[in-house]
Amino acid sequence: MPFKILNKQELVPTIHLMDVSAPRIARKAQPGQFVILRIDGTGERIPLTIADFDRKKGTITMIFQAMGKTTTQLSTLRKGDELMDFIGPLGNPAHIENEGTVILVGGGVGVAPVFPQARAFKEAGNKVISIIGARSANLLLWEDRMRDVSDELFITTDDGTKGHHGFVTDIVKKILESRTKVDRVIAIGPPVMMRAVAGVTKPFNVKTIVSLNSIMVDGTGMCGACRVLVGNETKFACVDGPEFDAHLVDFTLLMNRLAIYQAEEKISFEKYKCEREGCKC
Amino acid sequence: MLGRQKMPEQDPKVRRANFNEVALGFTQEQAIEEAKRCLQCKKPKCVEGCPVEVRIPDFIKYVAAGDFDRAIKEIKTVNALPAICGRVCPQETQCEASCILGKKGEPVSVGRLERFVSDNEQESQIPKKPGSKGKKVAVVGSGPAGLTAAADLARMGYSVTIFEALHEAGGVLTYGIPEFRLPKDIVRAEVEYVKKLGVTLLLDSVIGKIDTVDELLCDFDAVFLGTGAGLPVFLNIDGENLNGVYSANEFLTRVNLMKSYKFPDYDTPIKKGKHVVVVGGGNVAMDSARCALRLGADEVTIVYRRSEEEMPARAEEIEHAKEEGIKFRLLTNPIRLNGDAKNWVNDIECINMYLCEPDESGRCKPMPLTGSEHRIETDVVIIAIGTSPNPLVPRTTSGLEISKRGTIIAKENGQTSKKGVYAGGDAVTGSATVISAMGAGKIAARAIDEYLKSN
Repeated sequence: MPFKILNKQELVPTIHLMDVSAPRIARKAQPGQFVILRIDGTGERIPLTIADFDRKKGTITMIFQAMGKTTTQLSTLRKGDELMDFIGPLGNPAHIENEGTVILVGGGVGVAPVFPQARAFKEAGNKVISIIGARSANLLLWEDRMRDVSDELFITTDDGTKGHHGFVTDIVKKILESRTKVDRVIAIGPPVMMRAVAGVTKPFNVKTIVSLNSIMVDGTGMCGACRVLVGNETKFACVDGPEFDAHLVDFTLLMNRLAIYQAEEKISFEKYKCEREGCKC
Repeated sequence: MLGRQKMPEQDPKVRRANFNEVALGFTQEQAIEEAKRCLQCKKPKCVEGCPVEVRIPDFIKYVAAGDFDRAIKEIKTVNALPAICGRVCPQETQCEASCILGKKGEPVSVGRLERFVSDNEQESQIPKKPGSKGKKVAVVGSGPAGLTAAADLARMGYSVTIFEALHEAGGVLTYGIPEFRLPKDIVRAEVEYVKKLGVTLLLDSVIGKIDTVDELLCDFDAVFLGTGAGLPVFLNIDGENLNGVYSANEFLTRVNLMKSYKFPDYDTPIKKGKHVVVVGGGNVAMDSARCALRLGADEVTIVYRRSEEEMPARAEEIEHAKEEGIKFRLLTNPIRLNGDAKNWVNDIECINMYLCEPDESGRCKPMPLTGSEHRIETDVVIIAIGTSPNPLVPRTTSGLEISKRGTIIAKENGQTSKKGVYAGGDAVTGSATVISAMGAGKIAARAIDEYLKSN
């Protein structure tokens, strides 16, 4: 049962968008959930957050950054190519209600999973304040889409090439200090960013939700690879999450566990590059 | 009286470094000789010992006569997975345990004969399809229980669809039991046979997510839940989230399903470890230890809190593990895992145990020996102390009663508290054997047939 790629484009350098035909999954997908895919028969299973879905067309949209072997290989696929396996929708849907005012923070490729949530929070009647950040202006993702579903949109870049020169946390802090009543913060991005956002919102006692990108294999609660510590309790990100209360998450453990296969990831990526570009060794 | 034929095996020194099958199977001559030992009892006790009711003396009679085709046909009228059963059934506690020959000498090697005729089959014969009963059954999970229920229901004339969560069929046969004990080509061939019986197999379909059981009941007349016991149990001691600590489920899934022993040709990585410690005494612990050894560990140690006598693993598996050089530290219980600054496991802290009076399980209860705390250096730890049922289906199904242990509550015949929904295998009993799950699948198939006839 291969899954056809209907659209694939590089949005900004190294960050790619892919629409995959998966009508059975699209029918059920909700913001906050993820899919697991396997490119081919020797491939690994990797989780990717659902960035969008179209029930009518029967498609799932993912946005991913080409970083290691599998994501780089994925980025070379084109419209018309097929993925061998595509499994979902996995994990729990985001909890979306009318909270009042919600801040949505997306860092780097994390802007993608934030988008369907921003849209859903807006549709639920919330005042949506979005903050999107990137290293540099040319890496900024989905600014237009985010603007469409936000009451206010802030942009930050690490190098100051666009918007605020600095981090997303600077803006979060500024808003919280400006006495605007904020009822909820959603932050999705690199673990360091999520930890920083949690640190900023904690003193203000604003409920903050993060989406954890732990290493997974099956994604159905079978292996426990994705275990994280939340409020000192071991949870499986795949079935208990992927969203958790940011103030309870042990981010140090998360980051340590994300590094388990660093050495192997390098070996795998080097081998792939050798095979593609010819070995220089 | 002649003893049983010896099945050739790979030399322990060689096999500890490869994933090829350990047991090599009888030759034709050996099979015929072994089959001739069968007394062809009028009232065969062995059949009573078989959860899937294989008419053992009948197939053995054909083997003795050299008619291997008829032998396999005979088995396949009741058992769709004989090449699997011949390898992983604990025959010593089932069919072979009740063999009359075993009273004074050695029982007939029923399992090895079953394996021989399955492996010897040239092309699987597909029985004529029965008339369609015009009703549809959904089977959730393609492990031993699901495959058996599906095969039996298809043979009765029902239209059967199996929903499998993973990208390959077989459940624990595929993700759990290693290649060297049960080659995946064998599993694939038996799954193909079930498909040839007319069963539709949908992979990558996580029931509870892509569809709920309630939704399946809109399209199907009955549902069989063979969802297994896929949730890993941890020790709940400090340090279990350190890097290098695996659940047996994760370790075995990486090795078997994802083929990480072929990394980097296969993309899924695994930590090979220099000194691997496996906690537990069941077949899963043996499988994990033997996989770790084959991945290239210098030393693999099994830590078990009771003595060898209480080990739930098959005697043959313990023997094989010992032959390969796995070390056993019995009456030893982990109390803590210690790590380094980068969150990697360094050692496992244990305490010695002693056995006192038998507890409710009939096994002697292990008690800690104060002052015997010690550390075993390690870089990979595998926790193999059992599994519990996956809550994904129970959580998303209305009106399905679940026990405190998380198992699905079902009657003897597999009927659950929800109308039209039957269950069997580890999802009902908690982790048990492949063959008991197959037996439950068979019984449930009959109950589903009864139910559908009267509805």
